[in-house]
Amino acid sequence: MNVEHVDIAVVGAGPAGLKAAQIAARAGARVALIDDNPRPGGQIWRQGPTLAPSAQLHQWLDETRAHANLIVMNGTKVAAAPEHNRLLLERDGAPLTLAYSKLILATGARERLLPFDGWTLPGVTGAGGLQALVKGGMPVRGERIVVAGSGPLLLAAADTARRHGAHVVAVVEQASLARVGRFVASLSLTTGKLAQAVRLGIACYRTGSVVVRAHGNARVEAVTIRARGREATLEADRVACGYGLVPNVTLALALGCSIDERDGAIHVDDSQRTSQEHVFAAGECTGIGGMELASVEGAIAAHAALGTAADARLVRERDRWRAFAWRVAHAFELGPDARALPSPDTVLCRCEDVSIADVAAHANWRDAKLQTRCGMGPCQGRICGEAAAIYFGWPRTAARPPFTPVRIDTLIAARESTETPVS
Amino acid sequence: MAERVRVIIDGEPLAVPAFTTVAAAIAMRGVGGTRRSVTSEPRAALCGMGVCHECRVTVDGRAHVLGCQTLCRDGLSIETMR
Repeated sequence: MNVEHVDIAVVGAGPAGLKAAQIAARAGARVALIDDNPRPGGQIWRQGPTLAPSAQLHQWLDETRAHANLIVMNGTKVAAAPEHNRLLLERDGAPLTLAYSKLILATGARERLLPFDGWTLPGVTGAGGLQALVKGGMPVRGERIVVAGSGPLLLAAADTARRHGAHVVAVVEQASLARVGRFVASLSLTTGKLAQAVRLGIACYRTGSVVVRAHGNARVEAVTIRARGREATLEADRVACGYGLVPNVTLALALGCSIDERDGAIHVDDSQRTSQEHVFAAGECTGIGGMELASVEGAIAAHAALGTAADARLVRERDRWRAFAWRVAHAFELGPDARALPSPDTVLCRCEDVSIADVAAHANWRDAKLQTRCGMGPCQGRICGEAAAIYFGWPRTAARPPFTPVRIDTLIAARESTETPVS
Repeated sequence: MAERVRVIIDGEPLAVPAFTTVAAAIAMRGVGGTRRSVTSEPRAALCGMGVCHECRVTVDGRAHVLGCQTLCRDGLSIETMR
């Protein structure tokens, strides 16, 4: 099997990974940038049929085109970390081993998708999920959409849907008006874009509210919302619901990096070093904080991996964005209505169709998995495991290799490569 | 007008703008869905970013391909599991 050797491997091509790869490549290091999406940009700078690359991504593409020492691997999955300083990859269905001296994890975050009655109906997506699908070309023109869950992302998703011709019926935010109000009042000029989004979205913005049910025959036709014990049903073609973001730490866990129990993020020091030697982490996987923070952390991580000093200005900028991230997390902290257990027959594990009641009958996640198969489908509990952690307080567990479904050929090749001594 | 590519979804041709994802192309036929769950419920793309695997379809004969992380190109054959 092909073995590619690099000085620095960067996993994830969002703001953190792009910045880290750019700085490392500029310094002359041989760099591999790995991402499972077909094109770089991550979620925030996602390109699509109607979307030219954002200014930041455009600048990145322009600059890095000339760097022959930067290998950009799109559409590439990390299947396993089979041995020290090596990753097993799958690209276009073919296996590849990547040997690195330093590794920068910029694996980003996924949405926290919490079940509600009817959430398996076609037409239910995440909030960021809707945004990603629309950017990918999914038509929503003329559709009535309820955006729900929690956090600033709801307003961004509603804005994207509206700009693509959808009628946003309601933006349903679980946080109370008091909390959201205090947060909005605290927004400074630097976050003016967010403040603007809040003002634009305010007409149909409902705070202290949660989606409790999606109705429909084979697709969403209506949505029931609960606020202060009272329910209301709105006709809708889609409901896009996401309760904030969860750091992606599968690879970090497999490498033995220590994770912060409270927020599930990779623990890093001031230089973005993880607890494992030669492994660094930056961006949302080290704590949810947005693209500005991700980018500056990516820069600091690259300097640490290169062994060069990071500008003090970068560190000050990081601390400023971290303070802002803390305010967002505090304002949109999940309240009791969002954390309330859905009806017992609601599906918790969508891969294996296991209900809330079936999972709740067990003492812990491991027993539930063994007895019901929940969390054992292709997503490996990335969706239902997080929901179980919220509802039952069960600790989040590591996914096993292969981290994502890959071809048998890839696994056979991995075995062959570990059996063959590398000179 | 953006460049268009032609794909085949469940035997039917469909022209879509270049760089449309397979998940988006499937949604162009309606909210319908991508697969049947283990208890035969219809399902469609959920997370949109390669995590939940609800959008998995067969692409050019290869099973379990994530529609949200695959771009349409000319001649691509997509089979849903509806």
